[in-house]
Amino acid sequence: MPLKGVDRDLALRLEAIRREHGETIHVDAVADVVRALLETVTGDISAGDLRLYQELESLAEYIHSARAELAELRPNEIKTEFIPTATDELDAIVDATEVATNAILDAAERLEALAPLLDSEVADRLSEVTTTIYESCNFQDLTGQRITKVVKMLKAIEQRVDTLVKVFGADIRENATPAPAKAAPTDEDLLNGPQLPATAADQDEIDRLLASFD
Amino acid sequence: MAVDKNLNVLIVDDYKTMLRIVRNLLKQLGFNNVDEATDGSMALQMLRVGNYGLIISDWNMEPMTGLQLLREVRADAKLKDIPFIMVTAESKSENVIAAKQAGVSNYIVKPFNAETLKAKMVSVIGEF
Repeated sequence: MPLKGVDRDLALRLEAIRREHGETIHVDAVADVVRALLETVTGDISAGDLRLYQELESLAEYIHSARAELAELRPNEIKTEFIPTATDELDAIVDATEVATNAILDAAERLEALAPLLDSEVADRLSEVTTTIYESCNFQDLTGQRITKVVKMLKAIEQRVDTLVKVFGADIRENATPAPAKAAPTDEDLLNGPQLPATAADQDEIDRLLASFD
Repeated sequence: MAVDKNLNVLIVDDYKTMLRIVRNLLKQLGFNNVDEATDGSMALQMLRVGNYGLIISDWNMEPMTGLQLLREVRADAKLKDIPFIMVTAESKSENVIAAKQAGVSNYIVKPFNAETLKAKMVSVIGEF
C-alpha cells in the first residue's frame, strides 16, 4: 500500500539521507528530519501528536547531552595521544624483552660450550642448568603474543572512538573543553617510569646535563 | 629400533628467539640437523626441496599459519607422512580438535619444557 502524509514524507527524507550518507547518519541529519517533521504538524494537535512531540523532544535532549558528554571525553586526545602512547610503550616492552632474552640465550650457549672442558658429572649438571634457562626463555614468545593482543584491542577502541566522532560531528572536537593547563609538576608528576628508547636520554646526555649545572 | 638422530628436523616459528630455544633443546637431545623457517609458506618451500623426518611448527604465523602448513603437508603426496608436532600457545579445545582433524601428530602447549618436547617427539618418531 502506498505511503501517505507524514509516513511518505519521512520515507522520502530517509531515502534521501541514505543516498547521501549511507547507513551511518550524522546526528545533525537526524535533527533536520525531526525539525522538518515538526514543522509539518499544523492545525489542531491531537493527544497522539503531543506524545510524539514529547518523545521527539526528549530524544533531541538525549542526543544533545550525549554530544556534550562525548565532547568532555575529548575523543581526539584519546585517538592522538593516549592510544599511540600506550601502543608505543607496549612495543617497547616487546623489544626490551626480546633483547634481554637473546642476551640470556647468548650466555647460556657460552656456558654450554664449556661442557666438553669439564668432567662428565659437572658437564651433565651444567647441561641441566642450561636446559632450564632455555625452557624459561619461553616467556618471551608468550609475552609478545599477549601484548600483540592488547595492541589489537587498543586499535579496535581507536576505531570505535573515530566512528563516534564521525557520527556526532567534528564540532564535538571543537567544542571540547580544552585539557586543563598543566600546573607546576609535583613530585608525583616526575614519576614517569622508563622512557621509550627513541626519547630516552642516555648516560652521556645525563652526565652533560649534570655538568651544565657546575 | 632407535631413531637415527641424524634425521633432518624443520622448526617453524615467526619468533626468532623461539626458533633458537627449540634448536638448543633439540641439540641437547642429540638432534643437530635442524633447519628453520619463519612462516608456513617458507617451510613449505623448504619441505618440497629437502628431506625432513620431523616438522615442529608454531601455529600463529603470517602469511601462512601452522594449521595451513599442516593441511598443505597432509595434502602433498610426497610430504604427507612426515610427523608434524604443533607447538603453540593456542590451547583451546577447538584448536586441538582442528589440528587433530587436519592430521597433526602431536600437540605441545607453550610454555613447554624439554621433557615434554622429548616425550612428544618419542611418541611420533619413536625412542631415541
